[in-house]
Amino acid sequence: MSKSKNSKVVRYNRWGYIFLIPFLVVYVIFQLIPLVSTIYYSFYEYYRVGLMQVGPNWIGLENYKSIFQGSELLPYFKNTMIMWLIGFIPQILVSLLLGAWFSDNRLKLKCEGFFKVVIYLPNLIMASAFAMLFFTLFSDLGPINSLLLNSGILKERFSFFSNAAATRSIVGFMNFLMWFGNTTILLMAGMMGIDTSLMEAAEVDGANSRQKFFKITLPLLRPILIYVIITSLIGGIQMFDVPQILTSGSGSPIVKGVKTSETLIMFLNDNLFSKNYGKAGALSVFLFVITGILSLIVFKVSGNDKKAK
Amino acid sequence: MKKRALSIVLTTAMVAALFAGCGKETNDGGTTGGGNGGGNGTQPTVSPDFEYTATDGGKVLNIYCWNTEFKERCEKFLPGYTAGADSTSKDKNGDVSGTAEGTYNGVTVKWNITPSKENAYQNNLDNALLKQKDAAADDKVDLFLMEADYALKYVDTTYTVPIDKLGITDADTKDQFQYTKDVVTDANGNIKGLSWQGCPSIMFYNREAAKEIFGTDDPATIQEKFKDWATFKKTAIDEVAAKGYKIMSSPNDTFRIYSNNVSSKWVADDGVTINVDPYIKQWVDDSKELVDAGAVAGTWDLWGEDWSKGFFPEAKVFAYFGPAWLVNFSMSADTEGSIGYDGGWGGITGPQGFFWGGTWITAVDGTDNASEIKQIMLDMSCSADTAKKMVQDVDEFANNKPAMEEMAKEDSGYSSKVLGGQNPLQMYLDGLNGLEIKYASAYDQGCNEAFQNAMKSYFEGASTYDEALDAFYTTVTTKYPNLKKPA
Repeated sequence: MSKSKNSKVVRYNRWGYIFLIPFLVVYVIFQLIPLVSTIYYSFYEYYRVGLMQVGPNWIGLENYKSIFQGSELLPYFKNTMIMWLIGFIPQILVSLLLGAWFSDNRLKLKCEGFFKVVIYLPNLIMASAFAMLFFTLFSDLGPINSLLLNSGILKERFSFFSNAAATRSIVGFMNFLMWFGNTTILLMAGMMGIDTSLMEAAEVDGANSRQKFFKITLPLLRPILIYVIITSLIGGIQMFDVPQILTSGSGSPIVKGVKTSETLIMFLNDNLFSKNYGKAGALSVFLFVITGILSLIVFKVSGNDKKAK
Repeated sequence: MKKRALSIVLTTAMVAALFAGCGKETNDGGTTGGGNGGGNGTQPTVSPDFEYTATDGGKVLNIYCWNTEFKERCEKFLPGYTAGADSTSKDKNGDVSGTAEGTYNGVTVKWNITPSKENAYQNNLDNALLKQKDAAADDKVDLFLMEADYALKYVDTTYTVPIDKLGITDADTKDQFQYTKDVVTDANGNIKGLSWQGCPSIMFYNREAAKEIFGTDDPATIQEKFKDWATFKKTAIDEVAAKGYKIMSSPNDTFRIYSNNVSSKWVADDGVTINVDPYIKQWVDDSKELVDAGAVAGTWDLWGEDWSKGFFPEAKVFAYFGPAWLVNFSMSADTEGSIGYDGGWGGITGPQGFFWGGTWITAVDGTDNASEIKQIMLDMSCSADTAKKMVQDVDEFANNKPAMEEMAKEDSGYSSKVLGGQNPLQMYLDGLNGLEIKYASAYDQGCNEAFQNAMKSYFEGASTYDEALDAFYTTVTTKYPNLKKPA
């Protein structure tokens, strides 16, 4: 009796494994192998100059050394984080506000669906098209400059892309525009999951909207908020398309000899231009570790690990 | 505790999955590149006995190039060529990329256009060439175009076929300018490509502006004002800028003039140390002076939208520098309202002679369209009739000495519409005297581009010269990992 039951379980298990195969195959081919070979080649001298192929020759930690001793890593990491923060801070604030409005039962906004679509729309535009649009708008002889000149705000043309703060702000602003809709939808989903009876109870107790938001919505929203922060941080570290297109891949302006809008992934991309798999691999591994650490920090600070017990 | 460990593992897995996107990007090339990883870091050297293969009978002629110039020339001047489907597109800098088709004597011609910027053209071409052996006959690169800046990189390999292997004789090319052959001659003395144009360069000035500033647009008088660099700077600041004009669109406009007159290569004799020639430094100093005096319109990149605005009178740019192809191909001469459209440019020799660019046609080892390529080379670059037609129709300076000398004569009836009826050919011919290509290296394009980019921040005052120079070294060593910054 018990024997036949056991074999049935085994049979069911087998189906489980079979159903897992498609995922595993795709995962191994497209994620695991690239991941392992990235790490593998990061220990090799392996690049091409023109038609001359160098390597792969085993050089141990030389690639890591050249990355850490080079003058590029720190400033580019700083650039990436600054541009991420410029975009992320307004993004999370606006999204929280919009999310709270959309999910407020008493506010009952009209045309909610319409607004949701509209705020999500910028995300549907290709980043490259969006970047080209902004490049044209803010170019030295472009419409924004003409507008500011004609309205008397500026005395002479302002070269946005020769000014580090302006270029970074434009990148941050574009990322904000592209992603706040997405964040709003995520936060709204979280807010709608909050038990309305809690809100009603608070109202009966005489809580105002601000108290409801800070004492009920925000604490209960924490898991989804953490998810948003982690994914946005990872997205931020991988920031590439917008600054790449906006500065034509140059990471300009250069201030004090350092590119001020060059992100880590743009640097990675520069290395791949010479097919430098060794150094680019080392950089990828470094980014991988950093992202892991950052995620763990957020995870710990938020107290999720304790709750899991 | 178990759960905690599990959650950490899960988080890491999530991060890993999210990051796999960029890991993938890093590596899909890596696995393909692995196939030819056996090389020992030496460029394939050309043995004099190397057997090139170039056969006939291919149905598809694949052409790699970086802009539409040659395509347009073929459409206009190549007998037997008809244009077909075109799916190219233009980006914000006006760079065209994509593919197009045509037919040439019953063979399908496939154009593969990748812009030069950031080495993209060469990288794309290199990838294709490295796969050449294994590619199907119809996918093999049959013909590609190259510029003087990096011709050596390809000429000194077995990828490019000597023209005599195609059946082109010295008699066919006897009328061509010697320098156009020197550029593409390999270590064994084989000529590996042909060009249909010569690129001695001159200074183009805005005639209307000249009348306003100097009271005349007579080329001889204007030349006197810009005869050497000291006079050039003085006139630019004291006269041109004082009248509200800008001497040029960007300091990068004069870069070529200086970089053509250097006395050393970008890479020192040891083959790995980057070397900035004193004359390049001279360009930096002279340009900085002009920028600080407000005599230059901006510090933008060449070819960009802002740079090109000077082709129109409203931007008040006084001059551009370049060879014949600049006038016809780049200066918006066919757009109504542009200076060129109204024949508003004049040509003078300018402060110093130089040459710029030039495009060479070369056949690739393993091609199966040898006779078509031979015919294209003969028709486009060796025929005196085509040369004259190119001058007449598109103001080209064609690669045919007798034909150009004939057309340069006043009674030849040729005059350039864009240049307001001037015949610039004698100036070009004079510019070819003493033209030498001595200090070319395989790294020129990458270095020129990176240097101009880096110096922009010095001109704008955001970096000191040394800081900007450091940025240049960083970019170049990233582009060419085998090079190193001087100690």
